[in-house]
Amino acid sequence: MRFSARNRELLALIPVALLLSAGFAAVFAQENARLGNLSLVYGAYFLAVCLATHVYLRLRLPDADPYLFPLVALLTAFGLVMVYRIDEGLARDQANWFVLGLVLFAVTIHFLRDYDVLERYRYTIAGVGLLLLLAPRLPGIGQQVNGAYLGVKIGPLAFQPAEFSKICIVVFLASYLRERREVLIVGARRVLGVTLPPLKHLGPLLVVWGASMFMLVFIRDLGSSLMFFAAFLALIYVATGRFSFVVIGMALFLLGAWFFASTVPHVHDRVEIWLNPYNDPTASGYQILQSIFAQADGGLFGKGFGQALITIPGTHDALLPAAQTDTIYSLIVNELGLFGACGVILIYLLIAARGFKIALLADDGFSKLLATGLTAVFAIQAFVIIGGVTRVIPLTGVTLPFISYGGSSIVANFVLLALLLLISDRARREAVAPRGGFALEGT
Amino acid sequence: MNRQIVRLFGLIVVLFGILIAFTSYWSVFDAKALKDKEANKRPLLEQQQIKRGRILAADGTVLARSVAKGSGANRRYVRRYPEGALYGHPIGYSFVRQGDSEFEKFHNDELIGEESEFSSILDELRGRNQEGDDIVTSIDAEAQRVALSDLEEAGFGAVVAIEPSSGRVKVLASNPPYDPNRVPFELSKLNENELEAPLVDRATQGEFPPGSTFKVVTAAAGLDSGAITPETAIDAPGELDVQGQPLQNDFAENFGPITLDTALTNSVNTWFAQLGEQVGEETLFEYMDRFGFNSTPAIDLPEDQVYPSGIYEGGKLLGPGDPIDIARVAIGQERLLVTPLQMAEVTAAIANGGKLMKPQIWSRVVDPDGRVTKSLDPSEYSRPIDEQTAEELTTAMEGVVSEGTGTNAAIPGVPVAGKTGTAETPGNAACGGGSEENQAWFIGFVPADEPKIAIAATVGCTTQFGNDVAAPIFRDVAETILNEGS
Repeated sequence: MRFSARNRELLALIPVALLLSAGFAAVFAQENARLGNLSLVYGAYFLAVCLATHVYLRLRLPDADPYLFPLVALLTAFGLVMVYRIDEGLARDQANWFVLGLVLFAVTIHFLRDYDVLERYRYTIAGVGLLLLLAPRLPGIGQQVNGAYLGVKIGPLAFQPAEFSKICIVVFLASYLRERREVLIVGARRVLGVTLPPLKHLGPLLVVWGASMFMLVFIRDLGSSLMFFAAFLALIYVATGRFSFVVIGMALFLLGAWFFASTVPHVHDRVEIWLNPYNDPTASGYQILQSIFAQADGGLFGKGFGQALITIPGTHDALLPAAQTDTIYSLIVNELGLFGACGVILIYLLIAARGFKIALLADDGFSKLLATGLTAVFAIQAFVIIGGVTRVIPLTGVTLPFISYGGSSIVANFVLLALLLLISDRARREAVAPRGGFALEGT
Repeated sequence: MNRQIVRLFGLIVVLFGILIAFTSYWSVFDAKALKDKEANKRPLLEQQQIKRGRILAADGTVLARSVAKGSGANRRYVRRYPEGALYGHPIGYSFVRQGDSEFEKFHNDELIGEESEFSSILDELRGRNQEGDDIVTSIDAEAQRVALSDLEEAGFGAVVAIEPSSGRVKVLASNPPYDPNRVPFELSKLNENELEAPLVDRATQGEFPPGSTFKVVTAAAGLDSGAITPETAIDAPGELDVQGQPLQNDFAENFGPITLDTALTNSVNTWFAQLGEQVGEETLFEYMDRFGFNSTPAIDLPEDQVYPSGIYEGGKLLGPGDPIDIARVAIGQERLLVTPLQMAEVTAAIANGGKLMKPQIWSRVVDPDGRVTKSLDPSEYSRPIDEQTAEELTTAMEGVVSEGTGTNAAIPGVPVAGKTGTAETPGNAACGGGSEENQAWFIGFVPADEPKIAIAATVGCTTQFGNDVAAPIFRDVAETILNEGS
């Protein structure tokens, strides 16, 4: 017996429900002295919202990929439990943002059923994307956090524009490269054994490189800069098939990064801390060292939900700084151990696999590139922050998608998910239709 | 484009693989090193939240307990030592900033209730907080008090008392003592006090020349290896020439041909020096090894706080191949250095018919619900000599107390076996550079016919002899333990 895509989605939500209930129950059992017995009610609410979303998808995108939403729901549930375990108030915010994210998810699906319109407005979208990047440096609304300009505050509304900007940039790149990939390939010339792209088509791409460097220097957002540029290179590679373009791009980025790392103190410090955290273990190196110490304490199985020390007992000083955002992965390793952390990474990997699968199934260039770009930027974001807290790369303030505390991140990533599901629905419907209604295997 | 997409996914898989590799490294492979890092206060902060178990004397006297400070997530536990300086050794201390030592350190896992990861997962599911287990020691509170107060009157020194049949340590006292409650406030001051060195446990870390007490080991090797019997007579002149240096008896007294009993009773140097040469380096070393010399005693204290006994040159132990004056080793001179614990082990082995039991301070572990989860199962460390040798040695050692050099150890109505020792340590730096400083010893066990306790007592930086200053301590401690037994 074959299940339709949506029935499979419903089935996949069952383990999510079980895991979520178990997670909340564990935190509740651990801290019942501190937390009200509302915790289980929260779990029920969460599941109700997920079911409603499922019904909506059943109506609007019946053929869309069945596993993406359950996987994302799993991450969100996981994030809610972790944030709840840190602070009940933060978890309530997070739950509200989750609902807001789903509303925007639904709105995106409703208005962008024909997402080809995005192509028509690509320069507008690119402009909005760049403006969003600039916003934190604009007087009056920009905010500085830890030396980086990451936030924007307009009246009561505060958000991190880079989260939304990444979608805009990916949409622009997908559209631009869809149109120009032929000329980029055909017009390429070999100079000194290296294949170079034609110069006249490079302009917009140099803008992206410039934007990355700009972020590095003026926004001081090393993480987003890395993420944007990596997504950019991924798209160039997929669009043109020229690995040499990637090498050139990487060289340009590293050159720029090296130049600014040696001239801009903020960037330089980040790299210095990464390389030599023990030089100043109580100040600049504190966060990365505590992140690693927290992981060391986790072992294979972790200390259990609610067991990690986040502040120094008897004080309000952080033992694991930014546990609800930057270092939430270290907290996961501490409480759930290496196995729990591998589980989380596996979920990101499965989401990436489903995303690329959508790109493979899509048959027009824009859909392919858009799905690739969105998936790549999502996966790279996870890599940048997990890599940051595990000292693979310098630690930067990027959120762990769907898990970290933060409204912008949750909402923006649900919009990203909506776009992926829109592409998937069309691709699978077209793949199914010619064969007379047989469902295509989802795996 | 599809091929590129698949390759891109391959790259993402590799990148995520790197993340898993790094996470594995930090959380598992490098975890131990990270936990030991100076900058890492997490393990200490976590331990501070666990109610550490109590440490008790054999009679239930509380030697260490934890008291709570703050409440909720801020609750911390701080260690208290109700008996103060009396148990600074061997219990040690445990504080977040100052670290831990001795018994507290060795038994840390039980005291904080450390379990395997699997059983701690079970505990989590049952909603239990980690809580430490209590440890009941075999320390005899009254005897420990007597030992330390006698030592405080006599001078720098140590007393170790072991139950020969089980290896249970009843007394482990070291003078000067320190009060573990003061450690958080004056650890550096205690560390800097090099003359008194109160943090040094002289019972296990004090390395002293054994003097004539070592003749017991030489006699054991001679009898057990068959080199002599109790009837073998050796001519003992007043003076011998050994390696170009004269080796004399006290007052150069000439004893003529005598047997072991007479030789031990009068602690005749020339007799034992000849026996040592007769037994030979190889055999003497073999018997030393059997008694536990040249290796760290198997007591339940941290390895770096228990020193091996043996012949030292520049901080290193010498072996049978090295150039050694074996005749002087045989009478406890040369570069021989021993701990009081080692001499107590020698005594206990003889008392126990030749079987050396592993010395242990702990007796049982009691979980927070009052259940005994572990109890000491006495185990044999070695069998240095056979039963007959042990009996022959006992007879000779009884002579020492009844009519020889150790008469001050005598207890009315109870046969006592023992041996005195007085090593001359002129200019001993540990005494602050005094002129005529002796290391006085007494080792022995009671009752000689049915031994209940084996004791080594030593007092350093004294002008007195073993019989004057160490034997009375032995007697007081032995009587205390015998009286409790009856």
